[in-house]
Amino acid sequence: MSTIIFSILVLVLTATLAAIILYFVAQKFKVIEDPRIDTLTDMLPGANCGGCGYAGCRSMAETIVRNNSLEGMKCPVGGNKVMEDIAVLMGLEASEAAPQIAVIRCNGGKINTTPKIKYEGVQDCLYAHLNMASEGGCPNSCLGLGNCEAVCPFDAIHIDPITLLPVVDEEKCVACGACVKECPRKIIELRNKGIKNRRVFVSCVNTEKGVVSKKNCNVSCIGCGLCVKACPFEAITLTNNLAYIDYNKCKLCRKCVEVCPTGAIHEINFPPKKEKASVEA
Amino acid sequence: MKTFRRGGAHPEENKLTNDCSIEVFPLPKQGVVFVSQHLGAPATLIVQKGDRVKTGQLIAKAEQFICANTHSPYTGIISKIDFATDFTGYKKQAVFIEVEEDEWMEGIDTSPDIIRDIKLDSKEIIEKIKEMGIVGLGGAAFPTHIKYMVPQGRTAEFLIINAAECEPYLTSDYRLMSESAEESLIGIQIMKKALGVEKALVGIEENKPVAIHRMTELAKNFTGIEIVPLKTKYPQGAEKQLIYALTKREVPSGKLPIEVGCVVNNIGTAEAIYHAVQKNKPLIENVLTLTGKSVKERKNLLVRVGTPMQSIIDAFGGLPEDTGKVVSGGPMMGKAISDLSAPTVKTTSAILVMSNKESSRKEETNCLRCGKCITVCPMGLEPILIAQLAENRLWEETEKEFAMDCIECGTCLYTCPAGRPLLDMLRLSKNNISELRRKRTQK
Repeated sequence: MSTIIFSILVLVLTATLAAIILYFVAQKFKVIEDPRIDTLTDMLPGANCGGCGYAGCRSMAETIVRNNSLEGMKCPVGGNKVMEDIAVLMGLEASEAAPQIAVIRCNGGKINTTPKIKYEGVQDCLYAHLNMASEGGCPNSCLGLGNCEAVCPFDAIHIDPITLLPVVDEEKCVACGACVKECPRKIIELRNKGIKNRRVFVSCVNTEKGVVSKKNCNVSCIGCGLCVKACPFEAITLTNNLAYIDYNKCKLCRKCVEVCPTGAIHEINFPPKKEKASVEA
Repeated sequence: MKTFRRGGAHPEENKLTNDCSIEVFPLPKQGVVFVSQHLGAPATLIVQKGDRVKTGQLIAKAEQFICANTHSPYTGIISKIDFATDFTGYKKQAVFIEVEEDEWMEGIDTSPDIIRDIKLDSKEIIEKIKEMGIVGLGGAAFPTHIKYMVPQGRTAEFLIINAAECEPYLTSDYRLMSESAEESLIGIQIMKKALGVEKALVGIEENKPVAIHRMTELAKNFTGIEIVPLKTKYPQGAEKQLIYALTKREVPSGKLPIEVGCVVNNIGTAEAIYHAVQKNKPLIENVLTLTGKSVKERKNLLVRVGTPMQSIIDAFGGLPEDTGKVVSGGPMMGKAISDLSAPTVKTTSAILVMSNKESSRKEETNCLRCGKCITVCPMGLEPILIAQLAENRLWEETEKEFAMDCIECGTCLYTCPAGRPLLDMLRLSKNNISELRRKRTQK
């Protein structure tokens, strides 16, 4: 009996002693942290995609609290709603950012180009980019080896098996920019989602002269400048034989799409041509 | 038999063109000459569209330190200055010359007489090498004159001449040594004078007995040139491996051969230097091997820079039906040509036509952890480890694993039983590390 009592006594004493030591140690080495950091981290989506430009959600929260400012901060996953909530909590004003989405600015692929060679090397865009122009001959075209697919943390981009071009899943894409960073040819761009998800953009990044690019690809921008003339809002600029539509100025009138001789300008999510015909009529 | 310390392999030699003497390839109708054909800063164009140029006339001038001159290999009118595709398919600035005749610039000696006296002194020789646009013909196209400007605090002890020609299929250096050994030896003598060294070592692989014999016989007439037969083992002709085989010295990681008192040049460069210094002839032509198992006529050709590769292939029976790849350079280090209309450059050493069967890759399977790549790596690296890091995009880690020391010889890829893309990943890491380093220096 005495053995049991003795054991319990020793354990209780040890525990008390340890508790006292731990209490003082905890006091001594206490890390003083703004509790808002934890709250903010919980409010952020927790995807840790890096789309905000910081290493992860917590890193962004720390920066917001440290700088006590929301300037230039945006969370592509949570969107404006999360940023507004954060702004309320921090007593700051959120800068509103239009929701964006990744667009693929190449339409060459397997269908619109004639492959002249067959690439058999490593299935890695970065390496292929070092060693060849492309199977079709265009030095700016999509290589179709799927690095963007591999880096996407949201499973939102896939290589189409028929065209060998990446396709963005609009439901899933949050415009974190991981694919933009990975693509060695800078084909993927983050553009504003646009009204009713409608977008007009030049699906080509080739800066070669029209004569040269036309030889390699049926749908390249040839730098003819017709779209520049057709645009009533001066949203299109032509540099290095390549047209670019500024999404902030574009009013989605689609005049450029009509005049483009090669079909390099794409319209997305517009209702099918039926409605367009009735408007014209 | 002398050889390098670790690693290496012995691929099938396939020196199919050993007995084909060098033939002069006729001038093309239109020559396409890239403005910059060397490693380093681009040269500045000094001619305009519509100008008439003579053979050997300067068309692009080196204005920065690591840079080389480019000369016109043809006589004719410049029809345009535009971008032309090189063999990778990318476009580079080039001069298009409509070839009329072959009128050489005044002062260039085109006679076959051998001039043995070296009249110029060291400084003048280096100046001449620079003026004539000589680049390293071993493959890297590094401007040669820079190698001869020994940095302060270093002294050159040996001039090492790479005549190993360890790549399978290639025979251009071998033919050069067999046919114009004396010119090469005078070239070596000039290089020795420029560098101020007493001794030159010429390393030749033992699978070229004719060249070894001929060079040894002739070298007796010169002082301080030693011909050293080397074991036939790939990559015997790699700079650092060759230095070790000949001098038992090891170049430290990330350093240049001058660190151990050596300057290495290719035998082709020696020949080019002979022509530049003794005959005033710029580097406008080189010997290349047209080879491949199913090629109808295999040749060693003296080709002017800027000849379209397609015309060379067409002149000798065209591409065989089972062609899988056409490679610029040897099978180990060469790169596949994606556009045959591309012209040759100063360093094109071979056009190798590989059949479908030869050129296809092994199917990629999982790493067996056999360690063969580590055993054969002549630089003592761990290719599989670096490749895994590269696949995970850990470029800084690959730098710590000395990926920059990789000489891209391809022995690991050749040996790997699992067909892992080792060399590809090493090349990719090297590229990314250089980018990282560039960023660091900018900061």
